[in-house]
Amino acid sequence: MQTSSIYLQNLTDKDYLKLYYFMSLMRQFENSILNLYRQGRIVGGVYSGMGNEATAIGSAFALDSNDYLFPMHRDSGAHFVKGQNLRTMMLQYLGRADSPTKGRDGSGHYADPILRIYGNISHLGAMIPVAAGVALAIKYRNEKSVVLNYIGEGGSNVGDFHEALAFSSVLKLPLILIIENNQYAYSTPVYKQTIARQFSDRAIGYGIPGVTIDGTDVLEVYSVCKEAVERARRGKGPSIIESVTMRMQGHAAYDDAWYVPKSELEKWRQKDPIERYESLLFDKKILNESIKNEILNKINSEIQDALNFALNAPLPKPSEDLFKVFLEKD
Amino acid sequence: MPVMTYIEAISRGLWEEMERDESVFLLGEDIGTYGGAFKVTKGFLERFGENRVIDTVIAESAIVGAAIGAALVGLKPIAEMQFADFVTNAFTQLVNNAAKTFFRWNIPLPMVVRLPSGGKIHGGPFHSVNPEAWFFHVPGLKIVAPATPYDAKGLIKAAIRDPNPVLYIEHKFLYRNIRGDVPDIDYVLPIGSADVKRIGNDITLITYGSMLHWSLKAAERLYAEYGTEVEIVDLRTLMPLDKTTIFESVKKTGKVLIVHEDTVTGGIGAEISALINENLFEYLDAPIIRVGALDAPVPYSPPLEDYFLPDENKIYNALKILKEY
Ligand SMILES: Cc1ncc(C[n+]2csc(CCOP(=O)(O)OP(=O)(O)O)c2C)c(N)n1
Repeated sequence: MQTSSIYLQNLTDKDYLKLYYFMSLMRQFENSILNLYRQGRIVGGVYSGMGNEATAIGSAFALDSNDYLFPMHRDSGAHFVKGQNLRTMMLQYLGRADSPTKGRDGSGHYADPILRIYGNISHLGAMIPVAAGVALAIKYRNEKSVVLNYIGEGGSNVGDFHEALAFSSVLKLPLILIIENNQYAYSTPVYKQTIARQFSDRAIGYGIPGVTIDGTDVLEVYSVCKEAVERARRGKGPSIIESVTMRMQGHAAYDDAWYVPKSELEKWRQKDPIERYESLLFDKKILNESIKNEILNKINSEIQDALNFALNAPLPKPSEDLFKVFLEKD
Repeated sequence: MPVMTYIEAISRGLWEEMERDESVFLLGEDIGTYGGAFKVTKGFLERFGENRVIDTVIAESAIVGAAIGAALVGLKPIAEMQFADFVTNAFTQLVNNAAKTFFRWNIPLPMVVRLPSGGKIHGGPFHSVNPEAWFFHVPGLKIVAPATPYDAKGLIKAAIRDPNPVLYIEHKFLYRNIRGDVPDIDYVLPIGSADVKRIGNDITLITYGSMLHWSLKAAERLYAEYGTEVEIVDLRTLMPLDKTTIFESVKKTGKVLIVHEDTVTGGIGAEISALINENLFEYLDAPIIRVGALDAPVPYSPPLEDYFLPDENKIYNALKILKEY
């Protein structure tokens, strides 16, 4: 995957700014979700994608509208890149009646067949075989789409990971799997999840490409993913991309991550994906203070709008209809 | 006598068994350094060391499978599922290996799988399951489901000392919401023995786990309003069922309500109802009624979850129907 940088040549200034917009939007969205949790307005588990912006945005940006996205719990920004709107996401996180799941499930656990987004279930790894199935359907119908799926480094130890990759590599399915190596799986540090040098080496066992990248560099993420996407589109089969980042918050909102050394967080804070990218854009003269303010103001008002909208939206009213588990043919 | 929460009682029982028997050890995700997602094993790593408190990779099938292997050769593993929901990933190991080992090989399999279960914590469809019925149908797996701190300690000790695979179902809502007396002594409760938590002559209410507490409230309300005396049988063990205690109570009252938090269809209540029907038909004065969750996954949004779960009111209403029958 050394040729990937050619994909950067095709990016326009507008694209560069879009990446910046989506990364900043993701961070603001995550902040407001955390606030809603602290105010008791979102109940249950709230998982933050802080630190994961470059990975979620750069990867989803490599997709076309006909491609499929199977995001995980720290990939909120990928939903936005794929076209999901803030109001819908807010309704979904707040368990409202008009959310995609009508309150039956929360967080990113929804599906939007039109945007081709299929959210995760909690069971780690369980979506990889399903993503492989969508990839199978693409091949079956001779279409050109691809499927992008994510898994944490911890979740990559679940058996489904292996079965899905064995399955899709042999069938050469158009599947790209990003292993988000953010150093911790809940409280468990990465060295207790593998003694291998890197997670991408697993690809060797399946005979597919595997690469480890800096997950805080949105352009590297984008270009490497784009290459894997194009490869899959050409019928060459799946790839694994290990994106190395840091989980900058606790496992969930209730967890203060006391087990993460402060120095480790400090080290990663120097590589904040958004700040890094911002200074690059300043250097390239694509971004300046006034454009930056314009973008951030736009995000603030979009978030405010979504919050107002979703907080005023009704909670679901229980009815038998809402509990149907079968589609009835008429 | 010390008063403890339900979760403290489980920890206490585990701790005492680890002190008592060096072959007892723990394995699971985040149970060591972190002390477990719910802090059941907080402080265990410091006391018992890495050899006996094993932080594993995220791999439920390997966790349960390895527990089976260790038990085969004489250790006494206690595997923790971070949430009961994730035990589905270990289905083959439990249903095909653990459950069939003694039958095929005549080798004891002293292992425990701890299953933090149940709803009312806004966990949604993947963090709220009541898994008992999945395994109740499988010959070869014991299932206990304590409802009080006293029973929680006595039954975790019994589960550990039992020479068979035991699924220990611990309800997450009870963890910190229920307190009770727990003797500071080494007591072990028999597996397979129910406990009458309230004595009465008019209606038998059979339940277990979280629903014991709502059942007690509903029974008190019915008594306060109508003087009807409900007898509450807390099963404590689901497999094997304590038919003697169930039957004695039903013979006395002739009216039966079965309550569980799990969904109704194909649940534990169906088996109990069938048993009573087969054995005590002539004693019955009313149809047996079941109260449980709706036949659907556990929903996330609080108004839906409240509607979905059985509660004091639903139990009370069912008791009233039986009273008036
Ligand atoms: C099969 C399964 N086992 C356990 C869990 C509980 N759990 C939820 S997230 C998590 C840690 C995940 O770590 P990782 O995959 O590295 O992703 P991260 O949260 O760090 O992004 C665990 C153990 C689960 N969701 N699914």
